[in-house]
Amino acid sequence: MSTSAPASDLLLESRDLTKHYPVRGGFFSRQAAVVRAVDGLSFEVRRGETIALVGESGCGKSTLGRVLVRLEDPTSGLLRFGGVNTTALSRREIFALRRKIQMIFQDPYSSLNPRMTIGEIVREPLEIHRMGRRSEQEQRVEGLLAEVGLSGEMMSRYPHEFSGGQRQRIGIARALALDPELIVADEPLSALDVSVQAQVINLLVRLQREHNLTYVLISHDLMVVEYLSDRVAIMYLGKIVETGTREDVFERTAHPYTRALIASSPVPDPAQRGEARPIEGEIPSPINPPAGCAFHPRCPFAIDECRMAVPPLEPVGKKSSPEHFAACIRKHEI
Amino acid sequence: MPLLEVHDLRTVFHTEAGTVRAVDGVSFSVEPGRILGIVGESGCGKSVSALSVMRLVPDPPGRIAGGRIIWKDRDLLQLPPRQMPSIRGREISMIFQDPMTSLNPVFTVWRHLREVLWKRFGLKGEAARKRAFQALGEVGIPDPESRLAAYPHELSGGMKQRIMIALALLCEPDLLIADEPTTALDVTIQKQILFLMRELQKRTGMAIVLITHNLGVVAETCDDVVVMYAGKVAEEATVHSLFRRPTHPYTKGLLESLPHKGLTREKPLPMIEGTVPSLVDPPTGCRFAPRCFRAEERCTREEPELLTKTVGRKAACHFPLGEDEP
Repeated sequence: MSTSAPASDLLLESRDLTKHYPVRGGFFSRQAAVVRAVDGLSFEVRRGETIALVGESGCGKSTLGRVLVRLEDPTSGLLRFGGVNTTALSRREIFALRRKIQMIFQDPYSSLNPRMTIGEIVREPLEIHRMGRRSEQEQRVEGLLAEVGLSGEMMSRYPHEFSGGQRQRIGIARALALDPELIVADEPLSALDVSVQAQVINLLVRLQREHNLTYVLISHDLMVVEYLSDRVAIMYLGKIVETGTREDVFERTAHPYTRALIASSPVPDPAQRGEARPIEGEIPSPINPPAGCAFHPRCPFAIDECRMAVPPLEPVGKKSSPEHFAACIRKHEI
Repeated sequence: MPLLEVHDLRTVFHTEAGTVRAVDGVSFSVEPGRILGIVGESGCGKSVSALSVMRLVPDPPGRIAGGRIIWKDRDLLQLPPRQMPSIRGREISMIFQDPMTSLNPVFTVWRHLREVLWKRFGLKGEAARKRAFQALGEVGIPDPESRLAAYPHELSGGMKQRIMIALALLCEPDLLIADEPTTALDVTIQKQILFLMRELQKRTGMAIVLITHNLGVVAETCDDVVVMYAGKVAEEATVHSLFRRPTHPYTKGLLESLPHKGLTREKPLPMIEGTVPSLVDPPTGCRFAPRCFRAEERCTREEPELLTKTVGRKAACHFPLGEDEP
């Protein structure tokens, strides 16, 4: 994809990024198959924006998130952060990179060490990266907790004493500790109750403004995505099937899968209840994806050509922004 | 006449931290042929209410401490436990969020169905197989032949939930209780399962209680709604009037805090401050008062009763939102 942002705006850039996992089985655990979790992704993330990666289970969005923060090595492809190719870095350089890229996890219960106090949890990144003296670190932790709406006296308490929403705030404070440029947030809201979700959403927006943060938001919740993001990439079985600005994707939807996702996401208004039949079929296995367009077995618009070749991600054109791309040969007809 | 009436249900759990009053004086009723949504956040008592109806509350640590559950002129809480199986699974069936908790991992789908068909209907051999085929067809399972031979782990989450629904409906129950049946599923699959449940409801005429935390799911599926908060019913209404004009400040707060079409981060989301109270030592008065934008002194002192406001709707609030308010 060749959207051209000024080089200074470009924070992260990926070219043909893949992540394959071997599936072992049979005699001597030979490699029996390969899961193409992330299958040739190219995209850009610009400074200060929120880009959402959207899709259902098995689409590769979480794997991609883990590759972006370099918790996992990509199988192939290029990943540039601030102009530096991160796939070619030494362990030491990756360690340094982690100061700039942080992650917020889905489950605020399993992502905090139950044996550490809140103060220790938030201070740990500062300690690992040797940022300042102990007293300075402690002061910073207090400041961080205040920023996410927790009082300093909570520092000596343990995770089990906190609610889900408070734990997610602690996870956010930890992610902010090193003053990162990019935060990859993997389903940061889906474990939270409705009344707490809005609190955390507002917090993420405020922190982004105050710290000029860039977010990669991984989510399956289209309402949250539409609210939070500037740009959206819709994924299906390891590939981006549609990407563009929020308006492109939600108002000028080009890919049948995006349409199906929008039509499936429940709307909290009974007056809009439709009796339309839901899209049929299941999400195929990424071990043995369908030939051609992976979505064709479920697609109401599929024709013979859809089974032949994988459709390329191409500009949608017409009334869309120049950033609107879709991988569907019938995108102009539907 | 309601099919199921729950009156002043009280279910407690004894824990190290003290007695948790998980369900604390809950009343609701289910009308025949309707889909009732029970909606609320984690810990509000919605699942425990359902388990209490089925008399499936684990005891210890749990105990049904009071109330009445009227089902076809009988109080289920007065029934000797050995009589519950004649109701459970036959007259009232239940499905859960995680089908694996109810499917035996070492049994094939056929064996699950065969057991029910033999024990409940005395069907075996070809007759049983025919009925099993039909049951799988009714819940939209393609290629039933190969599915019958499958073990649960070989099926996707959506397929497992369809199998659970097929099992739950074998005995043609009058009431199906579904506890977060789509929470673990992807959105396109969730849509399929909710659509299936509505279709089956229309075809069989059974009633459904759908327990969920998702207001969108309620809006798309239910006829009537009970909103629960901290072990109590906050509000009860038909789905249209609840979403159009919530009267309890908690319901209004919940609805407003949802991101919705056309709203972007330029405008902060209205939010309910604070967190859900402890049910070991709940606040006196209205349990929502500490978080409520309308709370006055009376709310912290006096517990509001669930009162009928207009026909078909009730709210437990001293200062409910009226028609004159925005």
